[in-house]
Amino acid sequence: MCFVNEIDYGTPASRSDKTVTLTIDGKDVTVPEGTSIMRAARMAGIEVPKLCANDMVKAFGSCRLCLVEIEGRAGTPASCTTPVAEGLKVSTQTERVQAIRRGIMELYMSDHPEDCPACAAGDCEMARMAETVGLKEIRYGREGENHIWPAHDGAANPHFLEPDLSNPYFAYDPSQCIVCSLCVRACEEVQGTFALTVEGRGFESRISAGMNEPFLESECVSCGACVQACPTGALREKSVIELGMPEWSTVTTCAYCGVGCSFKAEMKGEQVVRMVPYKEGKANRGHSCVKGRFAYGYATHKDRILNPMIREKITDPWREVTWEEALAHVAKEFRRIQYQYGRGAIGGITSSRCTNEETYLVQKLVRQGFGNNNVDTCARVCHSPTGYGLKTTFGTSAGTQDFDSVEHADVVMLIGANPTDAHPVFASRMKKRLREGAKLIVIDPRRIDLVRTPHVEAAYHLPLRPGTNVAVLTALAHVIVSEGLVDEAFVRERCEWDAFEDWAEFVLQPENSPEAVEKVSGVPAETIRAAARLYATGGNAAIYYGLGVTEHSQGSTAVMAIANLAMATGNIGRPGVGVNPLRGQNNVQGSCDMGSFPHELPGYRHISDEATRAIYEKIWGVKLDEEPGLRINNMLDAAVEGSFKGIYIQGEDILQSDPNTRHVAEGLAAMECVVVHDLFLNETANYAHVFLPGSTFLEKDGTFINAERRINRVRKVMEPKSRYADWEATQELARALGLNWNYKHPSEIMDEIAATTPTFAGVSYDLLEREGSVQWPCNEKAPLGTPVMHVDGFVRGKGKFVRTAYVATDEKTGPRFPLLLTTGRILTQYNVGAQTRRTDNVVWHAEDRLEIHPFDAENRGIRDGDWVKLASRAGETTLRAKVTNRVAPGVVYTTFHHPDTQANVVTTEYADWATSCPEYKVTAVQVSPSNGPTEWQRDYREHAQKSRRVVHAEPAE
Amino acid sequence: MSHEAGVKTGKEKLIYMANQIASFFETMKREEAVEGVADHINKFWEPRMRRQLFEIIDRGGDGLKPLVLEAAAHIKRPQEARA
Repeated sequence: MCFVNEIDYGTPASRSDKTVTLTIDGKDVTVPEGTSIMRAARMAGIEVPKLCANDMVKAFGSCRLCLVEIEGRAGTPASCTTPVAEGLKVSTQTERVQAIRRGIMELYMSDHPEDCPACAAGDCEMARMAETVGLKEIRYGREGENHIWPAHDGAANPHFLEPDLSNPYFAYDPSQCIVCSLCVRACEEVQGTFALTVEGRGFESRISAGMNEPFLESECVSCGACVQACPTGALREKSVIELGMPEWSTVTTCAYCGVGCSFKAEMKGEQVVRMVPYKEGKANRGHSCVKGRFAYGYATHKDRILNPMIREKITDPWREVTWEEALAHVAKEFRRIQYQYGRGAIGGITSSRCTNEETYLVQKLVRQGFGNNNVDTCARVCHSPTGYGLKTTFGTSAGTQDFDSVEHADVVMLIGANPTDAHPVFASRMKKRLREGAKLIVIDPRRIDLVRTPHVEAAYHLPLRPGTNVAVLTALAHVIVSEGLVDEAFVRERCEWDAFEDWAEFVLQPENSPEAVEKVSGVPAETIRAAARLYATGGNAAIYYGLGVTEHSQGSTAVMAIANLAMATGNIGRPGVGVNPLRGQNNVQGSCDMGSFPHELPGYRHISDEATRAIYEKIWGVKLDEEPGLRINNMLDAAVEGSFKGIYIQGEDILQSDPNTRHVAEGLAAMECVVVHDLFLNETANYAHVFLPGSTFLEKDGTFINAERRINRVRKVMEPKSRYADWEATQELARALGLNWNYKHPSEIMDEIAATTPTFAGVSYDLLEREGSVQWPCNEKAPLGTPVMHVDGFVRGKGKFVRTAYVATDEKTGPRFPLLLTTGRILTQYNVGAQTRRTDNVVWHAEDRLEIHPFDAENRGIRDGDWVKLASRAGETTLRAKVTNRVAPGVVYTTFHHPDTQANVVTTEYADWATSCPEYKVTAVQVSPSNGPTEWQRDYREHAQKSRRVVHAEPAE
Repeated sequence: MSHEAGVKTGKEKLIYMANQIASFFETMKREEAVEGVADHINKFWEPRMRRQLFEIIDRGGDGLKPLVLEAAAHIKRPQEARA
């Protein structure tokens, strides 16, 4: 078993193209200008001792261990803060510097616990550095003033501080701290939260969270960057304290959001000791958030179901059965249903949580095995409009950049996205760029954190009324065209000129002027104008957007409006610009790429295309249906009408995540065989007849594709707890249905994907092993993938401008439902919460709250923390209120992480015109004081409890 | 709660969806709009949905926008249900 060790170069890389050559310890070294001597030395294989430096934060020069001598220069400069220069002659090991280092370490060690547990475990650099510099004795002893002893000679030690154990995942023990400030700098530079500081001076100086608060009560977001940076045992993962140091590790990919961070899973046997972000991970560059680093405990949670289960009726208790029995039952039921109700009476849902290989197999099962195209995925409810909108305008359905691109952006326009909560690691990278001076425009009904947060302030915030994105985006275009800010050379060369002219005429119409749009959106015309000017003229301008754009009745129109803006200003096809959807789930990009939609085969090729079908027909040996299949919502409609009777749902909780819960429940209840394949008895499983236990990302090999089209490896670190990895379970089901599938490893599935999908033609596990990751398209033209798309031309040839008329949603406020509800996420919880609710992350967010403006709250007699009833035309629920001015008057906001809240009981069935993506972001509601749960919540809880009963059968053998 | 907006019958939903599609294309040139609506429905509507749409159209198309009715000539009629 091996351990993935990464080199720490001590200071960050220099970006300079110019190189300089110097001599270090007699070796000639050539490095980019601006590199530190410490880094140059490490690049030459020479390790200079250090405590206060690492290569993720700027050098600080506080520990003085890295002193060196330079010929012709006085003194002993710190190698971390001294840049290289042509012809320098550096010595890192002279007797003089060695003596100084020993003296420094001796002082450090005189105030470091002799019995430091971290030193003993090998998790503390102090012991290693003492050894490196050859420290033999501590002449000062530990008797004098120190931070180590709680009491001395019967008197309390005023310098001693108790360990802070408030954070569930890490401990802070001040007695081991050397105040090197690496944690403070990591919090500032890497995470960008500024939660930590050094308070006091000299011997009194201390690391302090917030205003000298426990970590948990401070503004700390528990990303763990400080723990990772700490060279001593002062900040340590509690899991390491409990389990001891890891023995082996491998690189894998986080299974939470669409940023797709790379982690080293550090293990002891089959137990995860800690997850450490991987510096070579190109999405996260060594950073992480609280979910990825710490919230993996769900993988071994007692609620996990480990055996297949069956029941005849959804009111029966579950009965544990063997895999063989469960699969035979599903196969028999599905074939019966097809015989009785027709071939189109069953379908499947692929999971954006599962790997590409697994997703590919589920759609293959549907198309090859079920003989129809009734396959869909949860991208239906999040980014399907991105697919439609970008395909129409650019020719393919994906973000245009890599995350590194943000480092070259001069203007960032953030629309309907809240990355500090939903895509935290990307948010940190964005904040870093904003602190360097890039300008920010925020278009969002809520005053999200990025509007004003330490050292970041948006140039413009356009707090539009929910549902008016298209109007505002088209008004931005109006300003750009009417004020002559169009990049005409770009448009003439790269886009369809006729379509541009038609579009320009359209956006100039008076109803699209900022003044007219102010009336519907509530955004002052001048702000719209100023934002448009900044976007068009501020240098490299990049658009990042989220579900606040897509989850509307005009979601696809808004995506096209965004694409129009980027084309009109020439902000496409180079680093620092582009159109970047921030994808929700870890593999939602991949699930879409893998042909999870009912109208297209992998690689976004329409099912009606005969040549594409022929590729699959040849290797699958069946005739494929040329007609598009049903979308999730259509499947439910068809179920209610009686023509759809069976479904295989892998890793998605549609009852909780899809709109209008009652309708979903009604649809599921009308089916005869609902198969749920998941880790837990989720809410959908309340309506299931068969439950197949799923596997976590730790239990399988595969790949995820993140929001930047990056194909990252997922590596197995433990055996599947329920016997089969999800791809194996699907394969067994296919076999039970009579298909001859014989994949022995997910790499063979990827080989089939590569052989059949032009944009993946060059992808293989060997390539990923070599390169770490690649971004599709990856083929002959781009053997190592494509970081930036549409460089020399659009995928569709010429970019296409599309008219984006604003059509107000039919979900309107009125006297009965005067407020607009919009929904979102918070940092510590994830989507339906199935995972994060089963971790200590609940200490930050134990329940969903309804954010309401003080004005609206006061009008209704609602105080902070009160129970309130939230009612819409679709239904009602109760939750507790949070009175805040983050939301504008007239707007309320909630998250949907907890099933008891049932926020989707309230959301309606209004949906995007093109893709049926539900309009989660706009629901007309009323809020009133309440005493407790609604009847529906009570009934639902009772039903959920009943339907989760399991009868543990004696083993059959 | 009563069944109000948002909870429509299957036919009402289809009419609503078809009209929504038409609303997007309405601002375009007529020919482009007609083609746009038909192409969208051909590409994304499962045969069961198109069959229902034609049932509505064949009964006079009550509730459908004129653009949808105009596009109907270009929408593929699904083959008869197969077993």
